[in-house]
Amino acid sequence: MPLNPLTQLVEAALFAANRPLTVEELQTLDPDAALADVRTALDELREHYDFDGHAVEVIELAGGYQVLSRRMFAEAIERAQITMRIPRLTTAALETLAVIAYRQPVGRAEIEEIRGVSAGGVLRSLQERGLIEVVGRSEAIGRPLLYGSTPLFLELLGLRDLAELPRTEEFNVALQPHVMTTPDGEFSAASVPAES
Amino acid sequence: MSTPASTAALGADPGFVVRLDQFSGPLGLLLHLLREERIDIADIPIARIADQFLHAIGGLGLNQAADYLEMAGRLLRLKVQMLLPRRDGEEGWEDPRSELVRRLLEYQLVKEVASWFGSAAERRADQHPRGYLPPPPELPPLPLTLDLVALLKAVETVIAGIPSPVLHSVVARPLDTEGAIRRLEAMLAEREEFSWIEALGPRPSIVDVLSTLLALLELARRGLVSLAQPEPFASFVIRRETLPEPIPATLLPAADAAESTDPTS
Repeated sequence: MPLNPLTQLVEAALFAANRPLTVEELQTLDPDAALADVRTALDELREHYDFDGHAVEVIELAGGYQVLSRRMFAEAIERAQITMRIPRLTTAALETLAVIAYRQPVGRAEIEEIRGVSAGGVLRSLQERGLIEVVGRSEAIGRPLLYGSTPLFLELLGLRDLAELPRTEEFNVALQPHVMTTPDGEFSAASVPAES
Repeated sequence: MSTPASTAALGADPGFVVRLDQFSGPLGLLLHLLREERIDIADIPIARIADQFLHAIGGLGLNQAADYLEMAGRLLRLKVQMLLPRRDGEEGWEDPRSELVRRLLEYQLVKEVASWFGSAAERRADQHPRGYLPPPPELPPLPLTLDLVALLKAVETVIAGIPSPVLHSVVARPLDTEGAIRRLEAMLAEREEFSWIEALGPRPSIVDVLSTLLALLELARRGLVSLAQPEPFASFVIRRETLPEPIPATLLPAADAAESTDPTS
């Protein structure tokens, strides 16, 4: 049974793009289509891939949709060197991203205080990779830059949005009673006064 | 503390480079020490941990040391604070370690989150998008036509653009007028008259020439010598002057002496 025309259009667009496309972007394919129609088309395409035994699937990612090969083929694809795996981030980069993702907007000084090391080089390379961006300036002295995560960060982790980040209570940190978390689930220094 | 600093100045200990990879900072190292010793994070024996921390960063190169040294400083201060006596049940006493404990727990949480990020990224990397990449836009239109002459010309342009290094010659010693004066005085003691070339001596450097010239002018000013040039462009003649009598007449008609021998001038 052939797919309906809008679904075909959506499939063509997702195939042509090498990044996640939002529902709004997909809607511009057909001026007569409503957003709901596009969502229906996406559902139809997803079911088509899932039930007809296709090697690709529709993934919701960074606020949009993307067609990706299924996980089970990763090893074979990489072994045959058909495409490259995304290079792994360093520990320093991951830790810095962790602070930024949960504390954004956040300045360099706070990141350095939490990690106990200078962060200049890591921040620059994360910025160059497009995983973080400057989102403003703090009101503090010197008006330092504030950093936040980008859609590319969500894409890298395979997240739909920031709300998909696990809550900090879910992490099993040793000596749990001492962990200080705010009701929002942010890990926060607010409850302890600055050292005298 | 003096030992780590002095050994650090001698260069990075390759042994610690591995450690740096292992720990992404002083907090990571500290957590490792606590775990090794199976220490309750809420009751850290600061003195022992501070010593171990200092020992661990002993071989650290100065460039990487800053963050670790800052932590070492904090630990030593805590050690001191813990030694200060306090009355039992003293109101308002806050454990000086609480700030460190808070930071360690916070950092541990960051590490947990980071490792979750790492595995999430790994999971995501298991799925491949289309391998399409847009072509780089700035390439010249194909096929690229270029002959050898044009290529060499381009190379020349590039080479011409390289600034030649500016070399400054450093004068090994400055003008030595005093020394030249002493040398000339010695010559004058032996001979009544000699030429400029003789005064310079064999193979004079530019500094020697300038020193000798200045010395001659100075001696002439003091009235100890007279300078005379017999004809244009000739090497001028240096003649010993007997002091008491100022003799302007010694100036020959064509004389190009730098200064009058008249001491009153």
